[in-house]
Amino acid sequence: MQVQLRDPNIIMKLSRLGSFHQSRLSFLRSFLDEFKDWEYKNDLFDLDENGFGTAIYSFKKKERVYSLICFANKISDEERSDRVIATKWDAAFTLHDGIPSKRDIERLKNEVPKQEVGRLSYKELTLSRANKSVRVFNHVVESLSKGQQPDLDLLSKVGYLYRTTAVYGSGKFGLADRFRIKNREEINGPFRLEMMLVYLVRQFTFDQVNHVAKFKNPKTAVKLDSSICKNLGIGNSTGLGMAPFIVNHPTLLNNWIMSREIALKEIREIKKVNENEIKIFNNSLKNSIKNITTWNTDSEYQLKKIKSLLDNIQKFLIFIEKEFNFEIEYPFNEMYLWLEKNSCEECTEYVVSMMLEPFDRIVKPLISKMSSDEDQYFTIPTYRTVEDLRNIIEKRYPDILKINFEKKENNKNFWFISKNKEEPRYADRFEENGSELEQPLAIARDIKKLYEVLLVSKNSLTIDKFLIENSDLRHVVRRAFIIEKFPYSEIQDNTIGEEVIPIDMLRLKLSFFGALKFDPRSDKWLRICMFQGAPLPIDLKNFDQQWVYNS
Amino acid sequence: MKSLSEIDTTSKRASRAAGFSWGVSEEIGKSIRLLELFGFQGVKTLNQYYETKPNQKFENLNLINEKNISENNSFCPITLGVNFLDQIRSIEKFKVITFNKVAFPLLMLPFLSRSSEIIGKKINVKFDQIEFLLNLNVNISSNILNQSCPISAENIVVSILENEDNFSEQEWKSLYKLSEDTFVEETDSLKEGAAGAGLTDND
Repeated sequence: MQVQLRDPNIIMKLSRLGSFHQSRLSFLRSFLDEFKDWEYKNDLFDLDENGFGTAIYSFKKKERVYSLICFANKISDEERSDRVIATKWDAAFTLHDGIPSKRDIERLKNEVPKQEVGRLSYKELTLSRANKSVRVFNHVVESLSKGQQPDLDLLSKVGYLYRTTAVYGSGKFGLADRFRIKNREEINGPFRLEMMLVYLVRQFTFDQVNHVAKFKNPKTAVKLDSSICKNLGIGNSTGLGMAPFIVNHPTLLNNWIMSREIALKEIREIKKVNENEIKIFNNSLKNSIKNITTWNTDSEYQLKKIKSLLDNIQKFLIFIEKEFNFEIEYPFNEMYLWLEKNSCEECTEYVVSMMLEPFDRIVKPLISKMSSDEDQYFTIPTYRTVEDLRNIIEKRYPDILKINFEKKENNKNFWFISKNKEEPRYADRFEENGSELEQPLAIARDIKKLYEVLLVSKNSLTIDKFLIENSDLRHVVRRAFIIEKFPYSEIQDNTIGEEVIPIDMLRLKLSFFGALKFDPRSDKWLRICMFQGAPLPIDLKNFDQQWVYNS
Repeated sequence: MKSLSEIDTTSKRASRAAGFSWGVSEEIGKSIRLLELFGFQGVKTLNQYYETKPNQKFENLNLINEKNISENNSFCPITLGVNFLDQIRSIEKFKVITFNKVAFPLLMLPFLSRSSEIIGKKINVKFDQIEFLLNLNVNISSNILNQSCPISAENIVVSILENEDNFSEQEWKSLYKLSEDTFVEETDSLKEGAAGAGLTDND
């Protein structure tokens, strides 16, 4: 039996993309898989009694070494902010390529804590900063110093000791350009080094809290239990900065979604599944419910989604237990068809993630296909004709062509870069100034505009000639030729409409990172947790692949 | 040191601010990145061009011909470059294309370099005593490495080179002969046993 890939016109809608969950394809999980047999080491731990100072952690294999350098600094409570406008953080980090010399450490000590206004070099690969969850950190220090383990209820409500507020890579602030390292086998997957940074930061937070507790009361202090550590992750506060990324990297976006869609298609095409595969699926599904019931948020939008997800999952579980038989042919196809008919988008995508769990043989080969050499697709095939381009647009953007951009509600917002922080922002064009400096992120509107010009252009006109008169549409001409080859490269929605929920765009990207417990704080930023339940570095050699559900 | 990614992004934004469309600005970002990667003064030259642009008029050359003459102002290197790139498949047949005056000629080179990759042929650019060889977008050779490129050029000759050896047959034969010293003389026994195919192939 042949199953078709799912229709991009359905899958690439924002409501669907905003319902994606982490899966076996997620970057933090593939990072752990890749680095499990590397040698992990804490090379330096030079903190004072209050936990301020420098620490270095590394992963090493043969001649290759990656070193995380951590700088923990004293800041006052008033200075602590997760917003991008902050200028000081509890700790700042960089991932250095190789073993840093003393000179490197001195240089970085001066630059890394400054973050965006500091300068890094081609020897640094990623950059980040993080703030303590003061309430949790202080509670853990207090408890450990008295010889007690902390209150698990409090810990489970928050889920981490620190949260990062940005993780930078790929040439930002002088960091190494991607092309310098792209041929390294171990980073043949997106965001590998960003994941490494976050993972090692997590370990630093445990070591720091133990260190401070010990200095507070050396006689009675105990270490944070490793099973508790395992259940703590690293928080992350994410704003709109992430949203344009998925618009600006169409072939990369395609490769992420395509991998997931191919995996689902191949799983639906399996005629018979074995007992072990059924067991992994069932266990993952049942154990994962805990991740939903412990999902804390004050966001009404998210609470509604969680409730709907939980209701639908319960219904699905009853269906699996009472009505479903794995002995039938193509069981996952039947299951998927039931979900499409009886379930909400969030639940469907949740179970799709679970379906990937037992099938490493399908998933693993796809992981290396999730990167993209974007420059390869940059040049516009200008020998093609207006007719070709019009056909592509009609085929690939059917719903976008139905949008009337003359209506105010469909043209309400604009994306721009703020002058003070050089960060993407989103505002109402009819109420705020600056729409004349709009970023080219209103793809739906511009594709429609291109289509209207194509309709009155001569069919046989080649694109090189078309572009002479229509230079203002060049950016979308390029995209249309990209989507011809990469069907999942474009969000099939209007990203400037009144109804748009920008966090759906963040959620999509974060689900591929492997984030859990999306906690929207508004429609423009959210908090998440990464690596919660993940094995500790000393346990990496042999760990449970379904740790996300089994912790 | 600025990363190439920073150079790309900043050049793109500056170009948009200087009045180019977003699509062309994307092309300029990539071009300046390429110049800097190949060791040319891309950022410096783009900066000079944008400083000059408000006070000086440049000619937009849209349709590239064999001979391109501007009566008054110099051609804009960006518009010329973008259109050269877009039209390369149709202008390849000219083999030699001339431009009587181009402002900031360095800025058109990355577009010609990418054109060279598209057609799979090297492109030679000459003006005054300066020469560039664009090698299929893998590199750009020049006789002005580490020197500034003039901010204007007259009588630019762009030659699309046919794919030909740049060595003589005799030189090749001589090298080939030397390479034969790595081969083993085949004995009858090696002829029978060392190859994969059978001795009778007509069965």
